Amino acid sequence: MTNPLVSVRDLRIGATTDAGRKVEIIKGVSFDIAPGEIVALIGESGSGKTTIALSLMGHTRTGCRINGGSIRLGSSEITAMSERARARVRGTEVSYVPQSAAAAFNPSKRIMDQVIEIAAIHELMPRAEAEKKAVELFRALALPEAETIGKRYPHQVSGGQLQRLSAAMALIGDPKLVIFDEPTTALDVTTQIEVLRAFKSVMQRGGIAGVYVSHDLAVVAQIADRIIVLRGGEIQEVGSAEQILHAPQHSYTKQLLAAFEPVPHQPIAQPEQAAKPKPILEVFDLCAGYGPLRDGVPFAKILKNVNFKLERGRNLGVIGESGSGKSTLARAIAGILPAYRGGVMVDGKELKPDLQNRSKDDLRRMQMVFQLADTALNPAHSIGAILARPLTFYERLRGKAREARVIELLDMVHLPAALRHRLPAELSGGQKQRVNLARALAASPDLILCDEITSALDTVVAAAILELLKELQRELGLSYMFISHDLSTVEAICDDVLVMYKGEVVEALPAARMSTEATHPYSRLLISSVPQLDTGWLAGLEQDPELVAQFANR
Amino acid sequence: MMAEATTTTAKDAPKRKGPGYRFNWVGRIGLAIILFWAVVAVVGPSLAPHPPGEIVDWDYFGPVTKDFWMGTDYLGRDIFSRILMGARYTVGIALAAVTLACTLGVILGMVAAVAGGWFDMILSRLLDAFNGIPSLLFGLVVVAAVGSSIPVLIFTLTAIYMPGSYRFARALAVNVNTMDFVTVARARGESTPYLILREIFPNILGPVLADLGLRFVFIVLVLSGLSFLGLGVQPPNADWGALVRENIEGLSLGAPAVIFPSIAIASLTISVNMFIDNLPTKIRDRSE
Repeated sequence: MTNPLVSVRDLRIGATTDAGRKVEIIKGVSFDIAPGEIVALIGESGSGKTTIALSLMGHTRTGCRINGGSIRLGSSEITAMSERARARVRGTEVSYVPQSAAAAFNPSKRIMDQVIEIAAIHELMPRAEAEKKAVELFRALALPEAETIGKRYPHQVSGGQLQRLSAAMALIGDPKLVIFDEPTTALDVTTQIEVLRAFKSVMQRGGIAGVYVSHDLAVVAQIADRIIVLRGGEIQEVGSAEQILHAPQHSYTKQLLAAFEPVPHQPIAQPEQAAKPKPILEVFDLCAGYGPLRDGVPFAKILKNVNFKLERGRNLGVIGESGSGKSTLARAIAGILPAYRGGVMVDGKELKPDLQNRSKDDLRRMQMVFQLADTALNPAHSIGAILARPLTFYERLRGKAREARVIELLDMVHLPAALRHRLPAELSGGQKQRVNLARALAASPDLILCDEITSALDTVVAAAILELLKELQRELGLSYMFISHDLSTVEAICDDVLVMYKGEVVEALPAARMSTEATHPYSRLLISSVPQLDTGWLAGLEQDPELVAQFANR
Repeated sequence: MMAEATTTTAKDAPKRKGPGYRFNWVGRIGLAIILFWAVVAVVGPSLAPHPPGEIVDWDYFGPVTKDFWMGTDYLGRDIFSRILMGARYTVGIALAAVTLACTLGVILGMVAAVAGGWFDMILSRLLDAFNGIPSLLFGLVVVAAVGSSIPVLIFTLTAIYMPGSYRFARALAVNVNTMDFVTVARARGESTPYLILREIFPNILGPVLADLGLRFVFIVLVLSGLSFLGLGVQPPNADWGALVRENIEGLSLGAPAVIFPSIAIASLTISVNMFIDNLPTKIRDRSE
């Protein structure tokens, strides 16, 4: 290796908590990046990957401080520079692509003005030249209508396009190093492919070095040359992408890889009961939407004639991209959003469309768990109080009996009993989601609607939650309706799968044969778009461009 | 729970002091001053060295002397005694009015946010329209119609300040109402009173208390405005605002008669805000 572009030596970053206690976030990290090389930082949330990436620009989040070590970029020593000198380096030597492009663009300014802002601030080139360069970048990033897209406002382009535009913004000053901070995490899988391809080709063409922060090994495998595995602010393992994926050395890397491999779901053997032929959940001709009603039909119709059956003790997966109506389906079934047509039957009994008219027992039998574990727990109540409420509400339990049941519920989701005195803010993401599950279990339900419950969690934590769901199903005979955009989680837990597209069920098929037997073109596109743990996957992927144009919302 | 607490403290005793409450000095000073004025409001008049309504000095705007600790007013009445008497009106009326206004406003605001629909619509428009009436004009009309008495004053001030409190609480509650934990409670089948009191109220309490502090100050000021127009506390009694207003000419003479009531108002309003901005906060710091 020639002289490295970036070298980080014994980097230490710390912060002070509200109580004045000092914590160390990054504990002595050292690595190099060669010119033109893309290095991935991978790890769970809290592993310090974003903190390290930001420190390469000499930036730390508010409250954090670089306490020791050195960062050298090209010929400049970032750690020894004044803030003013660092500002000169940002945009010209090193630049940043944030996770949420939608939040990074100013909605009141045209895209072009924002993309060439770096050139203007650093007085790199005249405006006309900068605009010409921006259009070239737009073309290199495979953006449609490269000539005119800069005249639009950020809300007038799609999420995937905006993410590529933010890359153009980062590249306009010809940086030597670009930092990508989970740039595709918020995108749909079909969109993600296009964005990854664009990033990869533009980086290769310019010979630009990159740091790619992500928690998704499969995405990283497509774009990175080398992978650094982080945990708790320390490097666990460094190696080429091939080596990390196929011959991991460190036990933590192995754990990460194991969590990624879907464990095929084994349907539980159903005791043959001729007496109970009724499905636990049956949905027929369900239509729901938002907005003011006119002639009993809402302004924006989302769900269109959804039909399906879920047998007792089995699990149904619902997959689709954002905007396909998955969550609306769950909300309509739960009654939070009353359906305007069609019906929901639980155990052979038809439910009223809206919450007010459903009986307490109807509500008890069907519980819902939400995606964002922290907004689903009232920050003002202790865990004990949160779990106790459904017990009081449905079963009128009080005092000692209720306390005992709360402890039992915590034990069911593998949490220590002492946790009941804590507030939700004092729990980790995985623990919060377990509490959400425990609250659903407190009602002794027959059916749990899981709305993307593992999407906001780290891979290892999500795998543990799935394991817990399976265990609870074996013990309590539950049924799940499992909504996800992540096909491997659905494969791991579901018996049957519904593929949704624009509010319609386009295909229903058994989960185990999902990848081989899907016939609808949209399901095939969706399934083929899921990144594989293989460095050559993206390069070898061939998709029918007409199909992509028809279905993918790029 | 006790056993739980003791075991954890015993185990982690060397490294952590346990979750405690932090109540800083600014807040404590604020609370001390409020308590001081509350005590004065209760026992003050019996401690007064002179009857508050009696002319005890032939000189007007008299200086601070051994007999008259805070000087005398424009009629030669003892200001110290009058401040002790005024505490009862100012602290009492303002506290009662602000409590009523905020309680009513916050409850209605939360109901409107949770219920939504026509209830929210009608109530909001009604209170908006009510907000359009100038507050002193409204006070004038009410007092002219039913006469001035302490309950009427409290009611008038409540009516003037309730819509603002409603708007504020409704705006906060609308945001909390869309959170998933409220949806969970609603899907559980909880009633509106439960949603309001247990799910929403604890999460808007902080800003609501800060608003209460501000509103208290405004009420003290409007009360003195009403007194100036002769609609507030009736002479010879007077609240602090009235004491300032009736002695305002003394300002050019440097009379203590106008300075001391002003200090009293300032100390009360500032300390209320100091206390509310520095309420005890529970500090928790995860050490694992």
